[in-house]
Amino acid sequence: MNYVIEILGPLLEGTAVTLQVFLITLVLAVPLGLGLALIRVSPFRIASGIVSGYIWLMRGTPLMLQMLFIYFALPFVPVIGVRLPDFPAAIVAFVLNYAAYFAEIFRSGIQSVGKGQYEASRVLGLSYGQTMRRIILPQVVKRILPPMSNETITLIKDTSLIYVLAMNDLLRAARGIVQRDFTTMPFVVAGAFYLIMTLVLTWGFLYLEKRYAVYDE
Amino acid sequence: MPSMTSDLASHPSMLEARDLRKHFGGVEVLKGVSLEIARGDVVAVIGPSGSGKSTFLRCLNHLETLDAGHLVVEGETLASTDAAGICRYVPEPDLRRICRKMGMVFQQFNLFPHLTVLQNIIEAPITVKGLARDAVIPRAEELLRKVGLLDKRDSYPSRLSGGQKQRVAIARALAMEPDIMLFDEPTSALDPELTGEVLRSMRQLAEEHMTMLVVTHEMNFARDVSTHVVFMDQGQILEARPAAEMFANPSHPRTRSFLEHML
Ligand SMILES: Nc1ncnc2c1ncn2[C@@H]1O[C@H](COP(=O)(O)OP(=O)(O)OP(=O)(O)O)[C@@H](O)[C@H]1O
Ligand SMILES: [Mg+2]
Repeated sequence: MNYVIEILGPLLEGTAVTLQVFLITLVLAVPLGLGLALIRVSPFRIASGIVSGYIWLMRGTPLMLQMLFIYFALPFVPVIGVRLPDFPAAIVAFVLNYAAYFAEIFRSGIQSVGKGQYEASRVLGLSYGQTMRRIILPQVVKRILPPMSNETITLIKDTSLIYVLAMNDLLRAARGIVQRDFTTMPFVVAGAFYLIMTLVLTWGFLYLEKRYAVYDE
Repeated sequence: MPSMTSDLASHPSMLEARDLRKHFGGVEVLKGVSLEIARGDVVAVIGPSGSGKSTFLRCLNHLETLDAGHLVVEGETLASTDAAGICRYVPEPDLRRICRKMGMVFQQFNLFPHLTVLQNIIEAPITVKGLARDAVIPRAEELLRKVGLLDKRDSYPSRLSGGQKQRVAIARALAMEPDIMLFDEPTSALDPELTGEVLRSMRQLAEEHMTMLVVTHEMNFARDVSTHVVFMDQGQILEARPAAEMFANPSHPRTRSFLEHML
């Protein structure tokens, strides 16, 4: 037990890194994903096509590859090439990748709302933007809560990928201690930390689902 | 087509549709439909399934885009077609303003499920007209009282019966203070015992001299409430006459056989 308390310090520091990546990604990727989805369902063919291509690229290649590319290869790309420090490089990769997944969730949510809602809005005089903001998107939120819950839980666990950029997230911190002390105890504690984080997320989404349950479709 | 404004010549026409044409794919659904409606007219549109009644109604408020024809609402041109056959609508802001003069009630209600009954009604007046919430609520409550649903003010649509939903939909459309109300089979999705309450609200509206265009299979409504009846068949208006005349002696054989079938 004393040992657990002793390793708690470095593991909590790792958790802080994990949570930072998680929260920053979430805060940036959700609005970006929504924006992409709105372009994707818009009547602008070319823009919509570009977004489809982007989503295909981001979902079709491993997140780890994207992260390595942004960190190691991006500096050598002409024109847009920049050298990013490890943390920003990881954030950029996570945001670009998760925005694509969120965009697909938003898109299917938007397209699941019937045409009657658009027509009713239209005959009442609402513009397309007003219809989206006031009528469609509020209904989409309720519909996408379950897949969003899934995706954010995946995100929490995916943050462990940043070890490839030598950043000390929760898992890498645990592994460091395992290698130093020749005991698997840190893995058990790290696992418990992940479980606590996903539990909090699950509860949060259940709470939201309950709040949205006041109305049925 | 006979004009329907014969005895109301002093009034400007409320809605004038001339030679409306619309096709879907290779099928011509409206083959030159013309109709003129005066203020206070209650026009029932009847006809067999697939004859283009819904399409006609939806072309009036731009839910469908016309291929050709002229549309004038309260003296303002909405769409016109030039000699070369090119159909043009007025610019978007005018289009939206003019279309707003027409309220619409759908067969499937299309209430907003995430909003309460009251919120459904005040949404457009606040968002579209920019009215203050406090100013809109008393009027919304008055409309709810009129359709007999004031006690459902804070319910969500999913808690209502079909008849109640449709009455909310009527109140919601009226909240935008339209000059013309379009109804597309407002009672067709309802159990028979629930159609009465919706028809009652519509009849009341007619008694208040609302101009109404109602696609319906309810022959009782067409006969007792409407001032004029339009019979559509295969994308054309075959007959458009005062209701009493139409039911007493339909002139077109197809109208006659349709009415015999329905009554
Ligand atoms: N969006 C559409 N795309 C293709 N065809 C359509 C579309 N809307 C209507 N049609 C076709 O146009 C024809 C007329 O349809 P419409 O809905 O106007 O008839 P209706 O008189 O309202 O019939 P009902 O009494 O069954 O409602 C039908 O053959 C229908 O299949
Ligand atoms: Mg129809």
